[in-house]
Amino acid sequence: MPVSPGDTAWLLLSSALVMLMTPGLALFYGGMVRRKNILSTLMMSFVALGLVGVLWVLYGYSLSFGTDSAGLIGGFNFLGLMGVGQEPSTVYATTVPHLAFMIFQAMFAIITVALITGAVVERIKFSSLLVFSALWLTVVYCPVAHWVWGDGGWLLNLGALDFAGGTVVHINAGVSALALVLLLGRRRGFPGQAMEPSNIPLVVLGAGLLWFGWFGFNAGSALTAGGLASSAFVATNISAAMAAFTWMVISWLHRRPTVLGTVTGAVVGLVAITPAAGFVEPLAAIPIGGIAAIISYYGMLLLKMKLGMDDSLDVFACHGLGGIWGALATGIFATVAVNAGGADGLLLGNGMQLLKQLVGVVSVGGFAFVATWLLGKLVDVTIGLRVGETEEAVGLDISQHGERAYGGLLR
Amino acid sequence: MKKIEAIIREEKLDAVKKALEENSYFGMTVSEVSGRGKQMGIPLQWRAGEYRVDLLPKLKIELVVLDEDVSVAIDAIIRNARTGETGDGKIFILPVESVVRVRTGDRDEGAI
Repeated sequence: MPVSPGDTAWLLLSSALVMLMTPGLALFYGGMVRRKNILSTLMMSFVALGLVGVLWVLYGYSLSFGTDSAGLIGGFNFLGLMGVGQEPSTVYATTVPHLAFMIFQAMFAIITVALITGAVVERIKFSSLLVFSALWLTVVYCPVAHWVWGDGGWLLNLGALDFAGGTVVHINAGVSALALVLLLGRRRGFPGQAMEPSNIPLVVLGAGLLWFGWFGFNAGSALTAGGLASSAFVATNISAAMAAFTWMVISWLHRRPTVLGTVTGAVVGLVAITPAAGFVEPLAAIPIGGIAAIISYYGMLLLKMKLGMDDSLDVFACHGLGGIWGALATGIFATVAVNAGGADGLLLGNGMQLLKQLVGVVSVGGFAFVATWLLGKLVDVTIGLRVGETEEAVGLDISQHGERAYGGLLR
Repeated sequence: MKKIEAIIREEKLDAVKKALEENSYFGMTVSEVSGRGKQMGIPLQWRAGEYRVDLLPKLKIELVVLDEDVSVAIDAIIRNARTGETGDGKIFILPVESVVRVRTGDRDEGAI
């Protein structure tokens, strides 16, 4: 098929939008930690741009989107971008250069690796995080991306729908975060000692960049510039808006309408609409976003405040629970009227679709949990996952990076 | 000479400063401090749920006055810093051995 200039322009721009989400995530996370760990937290996200940006073109893209083996993993035919050029792929995004589709997918792999780090901030050893991230990309991300989006992937063949990465990105990262927390344990002093966010304005800036970039993430996943992209774009905005407002109200009923809660709600709404964006009518995003906020808020209360699990920046509650709800909601609200390539959901009498979505949730969640736990254990027994007691007390900015965020005695 | 160290609520600074000024005490040093007393902290909100912060932000005003001026200065501070609730702060009075004005080298009473 000939290259479409419009589609190509949109996909390249979308790739750039998704790229900006990773620094956005860095700020979103960085503002929530104590000031002695803010640089280290920013770095954990930002470094994914460096690490995954290279691994992806060397072999990650090939393992995810190369020639299928048994529905489980891609082959080596795209190693080092072999055969990935200016001509469109015959299978993926057939109206844009193959390179454009490849780099769009690269940005997804990068932010997924970065998302996990929110669970382990303020105590993981930086070198170990790098080793873990490389292993995780290879053993967990690439196969799961292949199952869901790769030509011949078993979940794709089953008919499980994931428009922009509810399972590949959010369930995958959220569940993996939970497994790492179980291995790593709590931050010293948690939960008794107050761990105040050092800079909530940075969190707001980060959430704003995430919302902005998410238009590339979701509307870009249409892979064409047209009606479907527009529909996904609108659904994305509605869900974010609804979840932000809902979270604010819940927080207000509890005590005060917090800024931190409101921007968290926006992100959770974006997570939940991700798998559904191009399969549901835009207004379905109202229940999808609203319910996502409720599930995530009370999930967070239960996990962190009641069970005392130190998933430090609530990656499982936001991305795991938000992603699971979004995947199931896709099976409820989907309609072929929006996307002929999709399916009808439960509300249109196709309960089977909800079951397929459930298979996607359970298989990806189960695989991510077990594989992450094993990889984390491997890193722990070889080079150790956690920093020493003194390093943790001093803070990771100085102990891991030899820098501090706010230097100088004179202002 | 005595040094007065007053720990007060942040929002009371302007009133206290004005009252001291009206009594001709212009010089002072103000710093942001954290502390606790019987108030024992306040709850703040995380994204969901609360956590307790037990060191609260206060301001510390330091000024040095002549012995005979101490009670007037303290009175001005108390009148303007008090709300009647816990957390109003404390005042410490310390003896001062000597004072030097950097610009002129003047000492003690002449340097206050």
